[in-house]
Amino acid sequence: MNNSIDTIMILLVLMNLMLLGLSSLGTCIRVVAAQGIALGILPLVMHGGISDIRLTLFSAAIIGLKGIVFPWLLSRAMRDVSAQREVEPFIGYGKSVIIGPLALVVCMWLGSRLPLPLDIVSPMLVPVAFFTIMSGLFLIISRKKALSQVLGYIVLENGIFTFGMTLAEKQPLLVELGILLDVFVAVFVMGIVIFHINRELDHIDTDRLSSLRS
Amino acid sequence: MNLISITNSVLAVLLAPLMFGIINRTKAIFAGRTGQPLLQTYYDISKLFKKGAVYSSTTTWVFLAGPLVGFAAVIAATVFIPFGGLPALFAFKGDFVVLAYFLGLARFMTVLSALDTGSSFEGMGASREVTFSALAEPAFLIGLAAVAKYTGHISLSPMLTGIDSVSWGHAAPALALISLAFFVVLLSENCRIPVDDPNTHLELTMIHEVMVLDHSGPDFAFILYGATLKLWLLGSILIGIIVPVHSGILLLDIVSSLLGMLALAVVIGIIESIMARLRLLHVPQLLLGATALSILALVLVSR
Repeated sequence: MNNSIDTIMILLVLMNLMLLGLSSLGTCIRVVAAQGIALGILPLVMHGGISDIRLTLFSAAIIGLKGIVFPWLLSRAMRDVSAQREVEPFIGYGKSVIIGPLALVVCMWLGSRLPLPLDIVSPMLVPVAFFTIMSGLFLIISRKKALSQVLGYIVLENGIFTFGMTLAEKQPLLVELGILLDVFVAVFVMGIVIFHINRELDHIDTDRLSSLRS
Repeated sequence: MNLISITNSVLAVLLAPLMFGIINRTKAIFAGRTGQPLLQTYYDISKLFKKGAVYSSTTTWVFLAGPLVGFAAVIAATVFIPFGGLPALFAFKGDFVVLAYFLGLARFMTVLSALDTGSSFEGMGASREVTFSALAEPAFLIGLAAVAKYTGHISLSPMLTGIDSVSWGHAAPALALISLAFFVVLLSENCRIPVDDPNTHLELTMIHEVMVLDHSGPDFAFILYGATLKLWLLGSILIGIIVPVHSGILLLDIVSSLLGMLALAVVIGIIESIMARLRLLHVPQLLLGATALSILALVLVSR
């Protein structure tokens, strides 16, 4: 069981690295979808099988939302604004790919220093959660297209979710579902905002939005 | 020092050109052709050795020395490689660095002799070769460092014999990442698709072939033979990780490793049949990705 959690964790790390290094927005959306599905499987793997009806529903909600609804919303937004790839990020893809593993090392160190109130299932869980949060933040900071920033936001939320999984059995279902709803609304609104930015300005480059002021 | 380990070098020298034959045969089957004979590379090499060489008047002794030193370095590197359960002929602490530098020396001499011709076209190829190998080197060395960290040895023979089916049981993710990184390095270092197309002779994007355009006759035979040996060397390290059969029965170990090499050649052939070459600008990204995989593996084994 521990081995399969580790496998999911390594898949998460690999997907983060892919997101850092890929320029095609369509592929990035698919990677984020795959990440959502991997996260959906995680609670089942961690807390044993599909016997628990509460966990099963929860997993199904995550897979449905992060694996199907978000990618669908985002690919529609991508089609509407006809932005195929992130052209010139602030930090290049090569540099991002090298920064990724270095950040992972920092996260490993951080995870080993952090005292946790209860013993966790896998030693990989906390560092990978930190790394996912950092990757999401990095995507938001370093990319120019609004769509990649939405992807960064989802990745960031995935990281927080992974961190929350360490305490999953203590957390009531209602809280988790509430967070999922919030994220859903946020992504929904962001999709609409992207569409409107594009209609007004004919691009979705956030670094050029400041030209509105003058 | 184990004298029976001379088998490793003998096998490498005898069978390395066959790898090219298998790759070409796989590609031919995919394209629906009969293809060249499996032993074509041997015929090519023996034909080239019978021919005379032509030297441009702008070249100096560096051009003459390039193929010879390159070939000698690769041959020398074969004695550090364990194969099929047999330890390497020479093994000492840190010998994998020596191996990397022997390969580096071979590359350095090829690049020097390409620059020595004074052709800007060859200079361009040399520049590309150096750029890409500088990016492939970290992936290779960090990957080897991860293996060393995992097995607790810093000599190539105990490192590769330290990996067995048990270690695939409990460190499968790290070993898979290392294998993937090594495979990318192997494709890049041997100028196979998706980094370079070994078939092209006309495109401006070629890398390795452009450096050796001015070599002819025996010199070119040395370069061709050296290239096959390099594929064999990197391939046997990769196979040492992927096919860790250490049953103690010498014949079984060697045969299983040879089958692994055969499968590797077929896989390379399949990749060359179904993939296009990457755009030149995307190659560094691929190699940096391989480096990232190696670093990740190192992090995984050292936690």
